[in-house]
Amino acid sequence: MVKILLGLALAAACAAAAAGEPALARRAELLHLVKQDCGSCHGLTMKGGLGPSLEPATLAQKDEEQMQFVILHGRRGTAMPPWSTFLSEAEALWIVGQLKKGLPQ
Amino acid sequence: MRRLAIAALALLQAACAAPEPRGTGDLGLVVERAAGRVMLIETSGRTARARVEGLGDLSHAAAVFSRDGRYAYVFGRDGGLTKVDLLLAKIDKRVIQAGNSIGGAISQDGRVVAVANYQPGGVRLFDAATLEPLAEVPTGSKVVGIADAPGNRFVFSLFEKGEIWIVDASDPRQPAVQKIADIGRQPYDGFVTPNGRYYLAGLFGEDGLALVDLWNPTAGARRVLDGYGRGQEPLPVYKMPHLRGWAVAGRYIFLPAIGRHEVLVLDSVTWTEAARIAVHGQPVFAVAQPGARRVWVNFAFPDNGVVQVIDVAAMKVVKELKPGRAVLHMEFTPRGEQAWVSSRDDGAVVVYDTASFAERARLPAESPSGIFLTSRAAMTGF
Ligand code: HEC
Repeated sequence: MVKILLGLALAAACAAAAAGEPALARRAELLHLVKQDCGSCHGLTMKGGLGPSLEPATLAQKDEEQMQFVILHGRRGTAMPPWSTFLSEAEALWIVGQLKKGLPQ
Repeated sequence: MRRLAIAALALLQAACAAPEPRGTGDLGLVVERAAGRVMLIETSGRTARARVEGLGDLSHAAAVFSRDGRYAYVFGRDGGLTKVDLLLAKIDKRVIQAGNSIGGAISQDGRVVAVANYQPGGVRLFDAATLEPLAEVPTGSKVVGIADAPGNRFVFSLFEKGEIWIVDASDPRQPAVQKIADIGRQPYDGFVTPNGRYYLAGLFGEDGLALVDLWNPTAGARRVLDGYGRGQEPLPVYKMPHLRGWAVAGRYIFLPAIGRHEVLVLDSVTWTEAARIAVHGQPVFAVAQPGARRVWVNFAFPDNGVVQVIDVAAMKVVKELKPGRAVLHMEFTPRGEQAWVSSRDDGAVVVYDTASFAERARLPAESPSGIFLTSRAAMTGF
């Protein structure tokens, strides 16, 4: 029984990894990074600050891959820095999804 | 006789009921940024006295103090302006004055509080006693680096427009605005020197700072430390540095270099570079310890678990401290014997003895950021 459960959990974890979803522990870290470190420019609640609002309503029409690109490579000539040293492509895309949905409180 | 006894009894009762009066010279607050709360502290016993809740979104909060040191005005990210009574440990008044604000200042005479807003871009003036709105100065641009200056003036910079504006609030319902254009690209913060004479704005869009002589503002802004990067590509900036704070030690002004692991030292007599000091990461705050012998520096993500201490005479780092993860702010007691340091991700405010660097206290706090002591009430530019 335990083995089956373990197997199931493993299978689920593998499926998530294959889809490029970050592991659970990493997700918590990413959310912390988004709130705190992205938040220093975009606001703790993503309402905007020096950087624009990243709330679901503002992002609804935006292309996910373009946003992923901006997160990874920044935008030259603006204060938006590149995060590719700290985030993988999959992680950046996952963050875009979280932002579009609204961060969990 | 009986009357006297009753009177004496009444007096005694009153004396028992009323709390012991106390001064506010050793009081202050710590912003608990995620909880929308401030922790009230006292630096004599190094303790937390109380908590005041309900201040809204404090993700980029700053505070100034009434001239009697009793009230703190806290500026929240959500445009909230909250007047906190430090003695009664409660909110005295609170208004939501804009959509998105960044900081504020209090006038020389203590009568006017100015709030700097991103959205809609501009500065609003409020009566410090009642928080009644007095006037509005729209800017059409994000306002950064607001500071008070002598003559009941407020000075600030405009991020997109690249201008410095000086608002004379002597008649706070009819403020007079003086504009200085072409100061450089994307000023990100600014401050007034402790003597109240100069305003310096740091530029994000180019290497250098804009300097305005407030004795002679019509002369405009002059560029200092121009091209300090010497053509070298800056590193990505993960957190904007802050200039407000005692960065001035004697004739030297210690400034965070944008996108570089350096503190720049500006000579305030000749306005030329006096030194540059290699440090652990990109500096966020460089704060001079009262007495001006040392300057403490904290750093931007991802190097933000360290504080370095620069010796002003030697112009080099002499000490490295590790207060905890994500050090956001440092504040000295007025005479400089203690340094209070906030570690956001370890949930702690750490108090150091500045002579021995020994840790004297560690107060638990929820995501602590800014630390503000009432001694700011008596300082120009705070
Ligand atoms: C130092 C300040 C700063 C930090 C830190 C920062 N950003 Fe930005 N960001 C900006 C600015 C400024 C812009 C607007 C750039 C422009 O003018 O096009 C921006 C733009 C963006 C955009 C594009 C929005 C649009 O409407 O096109 C996204 C997405 C974004 N940021 C996500 C993030 C994420 C995720 C993080 C953290 C991993 C982050 N930012 C951290 C300043 C910052």
